[in-house]
Parts: sequence; C-alpha cells; structure tokens
Amino acid sequence: MKPRFGRTDLPREQSEALRKAVGIEVFTICYTTVTIVLIALVVGSSQAMRTAWIEDMLSLLPQIAFLTALIFTRRGPSRSFPFGLHRAMGVGHLVAGIALLIVGANLAVEAVLGFARSEHPTIGTVNLFGTTVWQGWLMIGVMALIVIAPPFYGRYKAKLARPLHNKLLHADADMAKADWQTNAASIVGVGGVGLGIWWLDYAAALFISLGILWDGWRNTVTAVEDLIDKRVTTYDDRAVHPLVGGVLRVLRSTRWVEDAGVRVRDLGQVLHVEAFVVPRRGFLGAGRIDLAALGRLQRRIIALDWKMQDVVVIPVERLPEEATTRPPDAGS
Amino acid sequence: MDGTRRVLAALAAIALAGAVGGCAADIPVDPEGTYDRVAGGELRVGASPDGELVAVEDATSGTERVEGVLADLVEDFAESIDAEVAWTVGSEESLVTAIEEGDLDLAIGGMTDQTPWADRVGVTRGFAELPGVEREDPVVMLAPLGENRFIGELERFLDERSAG
Repeated sequence: MKPRFGRTDLPREQSEALRKAVGIEVFTICYTTVTIVLIALVVGSSQAMRTAWIEDMLSLLPQIAFLTALIFTRRGPSRSFPFGLHRAMGVGHLVAGIALLIVGANLAVEAVLGFARSEHPTIGTVNLFGTTVWQGWLMIGVMALIVIAPPFYGRYKAKLARPLHNKLLHADADMAKADWQTNAASIVGVGGVGLGIWWLDYAAALFISLGILWDGWRNTVTAVEDLIDKRVTTYDDRAVHPLVGGVLRVLRSTRWVEDAGVRVRDLGQVLHVEAFVVPRRGFLGAGRIDLAALGRLQRRIIALDWKMQDVVVIPVERLPEEATTRPPDAGS
Repeated sequence: MDGTRRVLAALAAIALAGAVGGCAADIPVDPEGTYDRVAGGELRVGASPDGELVAVEDATSGTERVEGVLADLVEDFAESIDAEVAWTVGSEESLVTAIEEGDLDLAIGGMTDQTPWADRVGVTRGFAELPGVEREDPVVMLAPLGENRFIGELERFLDERSAG
C-alpha cells in the first residue's frame, strides 16, 4: 500500500520520513521498556528515583499515541468522517499532555509532602555476589548508563518532525532531548542522600516533576490549540506556517482576483484551506461564475504542497473579517 | 545552550569524580550521625518478644534480660563496632514510636519484609538465611529513617552472618 495521510499520497521525502519515524518510535518503546526494568531493579525508596522511574514510563505515552494515531490518519475520508481522521493525532497529543499534567502534579505534591514531613529517604545495601554494596551506587550507575541514548534519538526524531509536519513527534523529540536533566537530577538526589543531605532527594524529585508538569502543559496547550482550529503554525509552534503566505500569493497573483483571504487550520500533518476570493467585476459578468477558473485556482493551491489536503475556493462579495489577508511575516 | 550543557556535564563529572575518589568509603553518611554516635558507645535497642527470635526473661521482676537468636546477633553486631547494648522491651508500635522520636537506634522482633512500619522507620533488607532463624518471610530489623550508613553497616554484618 502506498503511504498516505487520508487522501494525500505522500511524496518520497515524507514517506521515507514516516517510515523512519515509525521505526524510531518502535525502537524507543523497546529501549524505554528496558530502562524501566533496569530502574525497577534499583529504585528503592529514593523519591527522586521513583519520580524518574515514573517519568520514564510516561515518556512512552507520546510514542504510543503517535503509533496509534497513525493507524487512523492513514484512512481516507468517508461519508461519516468527511474530513478524514487526521485529528486522531491531536487527540493522542491531548491525552498524552493531560496524563503528563496529572502525574507531574501528583509527583510534585509527593516531593513537597515528603520534604515537609522530613521523611529521610532510606537507601540500604544490596548483596551483589557476596559483597555488600550501597544501593545508591547502583542507582547512580543505572541513571548514568541510560542517559546516553535519548539525546541521540531525540535529535533524530526532531529532524523527522519537520518534513512530516508532526507536532506530536516534535514534542516527543523535545522530551527526549531534555531527558538527561531527569537523569542528572536523580543522580544529584541520590548523591545527596549518600552525603547525608537528605532533602536533596526531594529537591531533585521536585525538579523532575516540574519538568513533567511543564511538558504536560506545553503538550496540552499545543494539542488544544490545534483541536480548536488555531491558524496553522509551523511544527514547532514558532511561527505562522509559511504556506499561509504561499496560498495568499497564489490567490493574489491570479488575474481575476480582486482581493483574497484564507483560513487555514491544521488537521494534524495535513491542512484544511478555505480560500476566500473577491472576483474582479468583469469576472462576474452576467452573474455567472467561471467554474473552470475556480477549479484551476484550486488545483494550483493543492499543487503548492503535499499537506494541502482539503482546499475549497469560495467566491465572496466581501472577505470575512477573521480571514488572514496578508502573508503573516508582514503582520496579519 | 550546548555550551551550558557541556559546562554542566563537566561540573557533574568533576563532582562525581571527587565524591568517588575522595570519600567513597564514607558514603553513605547518616544525616543524624547514628553510626558515629553508636560506634564505641551505646547502642539503644528495642526488643519485641517473638518465639525463639527474641525472648525476655524475668519480665515481671524488673531485671529483664533479652535473649534469643536475633538478640544474640545484635549483641555480636554491637561488639563488632565496639558498642554496648542498652535494651528496652516493648510492643512493636511503642518501639517504632521510640525510634521515630530518636529514643532508640534499632528494634528487633518477629518483623519480616512484609512489615507495615516501612513508612515510619527505616527497614533493613530481608534476611532469609540467618543462622537459627526459621521464618516463612525474610526477617528484617527496624532503624531510624534514612540513617543509611548505620543501616548499611548492620546489613553488611548480617550478610556476613548469613554466609557463615
């Protein structure tokens, strides 16, 4: 089967990126499963380790959401789902964001309460092949070992998020790139316990849980904004998507168009474009609309980019106020 | 950003190397200094009678003597760190409270790794093969929360005893 998003056949670059993205997400899930088991072996009663452990489990959410959503977004539009199922990506993004928020808040409260009750974390020893070893060394060793991979696959994912215009993948990459902070914090926490500075454990746990909260907040906001049809932005939310300007330029360069405006929403990877055009007087001669010209205009817009999933060109008397009428870099 | 990261990583590495090289032998440290106070001094131990593990003689006459397999192990541990044992007899709950309030350094009895007191006191690893101890679940001892040096030294001693 040809790789597609809804009714869009993916160009070579995108289908390649999608194949790699699925591969790396599956790899990440396997890798993270191993690290979860490794941490489980040493987690003990350090609050920082516990928090880092739960963070590790939570980091699976975006990947699972991505792979699950992909099953749906591939399907074409149908009569009951006339816009396709692209929003599945946004729904997955939202669920992951909310889960991060709730668990992050929970862990932050736990860290504060543990500190307030001054529950000194107890980290005993383990018997390793007949030698008694302080468990903190094992914790530090495990955390230092598993810090290695995430920055690499994080960067790799970030590179794939751009051609695929996928915000979930981008968020996942961001979390992976920031993962070393969690490991570093838990090492500081356990090290603190080792030096008798018991509260460092809770400080580290609080730091990690605030990181989870921040991830949750960012993901939730991005997902909600797209689900309530914010004007399309780039995959990293830094700017209005340049295609908005691209569509406007096509419209304005058309001879029979007097004025034009667009509303473009992000369905998750692909876009839904409503192009409003005010035709020049002559064009509407005798009250007839040149359907062929409208069709040509629509095809020119679709040809701009593979993400142009649904494009409608609507001739109007006056542009709707909220439509974007100028390329965003010139202010809208 | 990358620069900051590298600086941080370098700092962490230096700190870690310092910690490992400088005082690895002294890690972990007790926040309340239990081990340093007990070694060469007095080890205050609570005993909760339980079968052959902990037995109390002459409980009524006021000159009580604590005996039993676990009590002997504790006496040996105290000797190994040059400490004298001062016994207190009580129920598990009153011993746990005494540990929390800093009046005891250790409590023994029929506690196993299923003990419900883990939130309030530090619990040692479970020991299943202590000589003369025959229980279904591994036996534990209770100590103050987070006194990791003290707990670690005790576990090291119990490891040695389990092996022999």
